[in-house]
Amino acid sequence: MSETIKLHYDVDGENFESAGQASHSVKKSLRQLGMSPDVIRKVAIAMYEGEINMVIHANGGVADVEVGDDDITIILKDQGPGIPNIELAMQEGYSTAKDNIRALGFGAGMGLPNMKKYTDDMKIDTVIGVGTTITMKVNI
Amino acid sequence: MKIGDIRELLDAELLCGEDMLDHDVYAACCSDMMSDVLAFVKDQGVLLTGLVNPQVIRTASMMDMVCIVFVRNKAPSEEMIELARDCGIAVMRSASRAFEASGILYYAGLGREVEDV
Ligand SMILES: Nc1ncnc2c1ncn2[C@@H]1O[C@H](COP(=O)(O)OP(=O)(O)OP(=O)(O)O)[C@@H](O)[C@H]1O
Ligand SMILES: [Mg+2]
Repeated sequence: MSETIKLHYDVDGENFESAGQASHSVKKSLRQLGMSPDVIRKVAIAMYEGEINMVIHANGGVADVEVGDDDITIILKDQGPGIPNIELAMQEGYSTAKDNIRALGFGAGMGLPNMKKYTDDMKIDTVIGVGTTITMKVNI
Repeated sequence: MKIGDIRELLDAELLCGEDMLDHDVYAACCSDMMSDVLAFVKDQGVLLTGLVNPQVIRTASMMDMVCIVFVRNKAPSEEMIELARDCGIAVMRSASRAFEASGILYYAGLGREVEDV
């Protein structure tokens, strides 16, 4: 078994402009590792959606990515407000984003469903007032 | 269609990606909603948009797009252009409106090259 590669990032919740830097860096690293374009795209899109969510809904957090032999695990952890109703949040088109977020091109309520679509496994742990941890896996 | 053809058809100003003008593209999408681009786009190489912020470049990069056209003469910042360069994305801007620019490219065959042309 080869060694697991671990990547860690702080996601700045104050800065919308820099959101996506972690996903961008992961994309580059996976390319360097010679992963298939299909796998890279799945990881990049799912992680980017999650990273944007952390910035616009949860004031930032941390992102960890582990590249194993069989899959890639993405863990996004924030200390935001939590998600009161996961079932509702997972529905396409459901969003609590205000007009200021929409003016930036986000807030269509497509992120969480899209993350589910692009990953082979997705788990949401959330506690109101404490934060949200989203764990996603993409098979290699 | 080539990226260079898009520049000519839209009378656009190329802001980066001089080395990509010979690159073939087959389909495009037009949206100001990056959420929708991330959710609905598949294998479209070109993004036309009137939205200007760095997330436009990042979204296109995540989707493996190769060309962004800013319509209505919207001007991306130097940081955005630098980011696009780093992502290997050609960026241009055109005075055309989104509807007009889309129509011109579609009429010229982009997105329907399998049908005829
Ligand atoms: N990390 C999070 N912390 C708190 N709430 C969240 C978090 N992620 C998502 N949500 C909630 O779930 C809703 C749906 O999220 P989703 O990503 O699907 O849509 P969106 O972010 O509102 O819009 P889009 O992703 O299309 O830009 C959000 O509007 C928000 O209320
Ligand atoms: Mg979202």
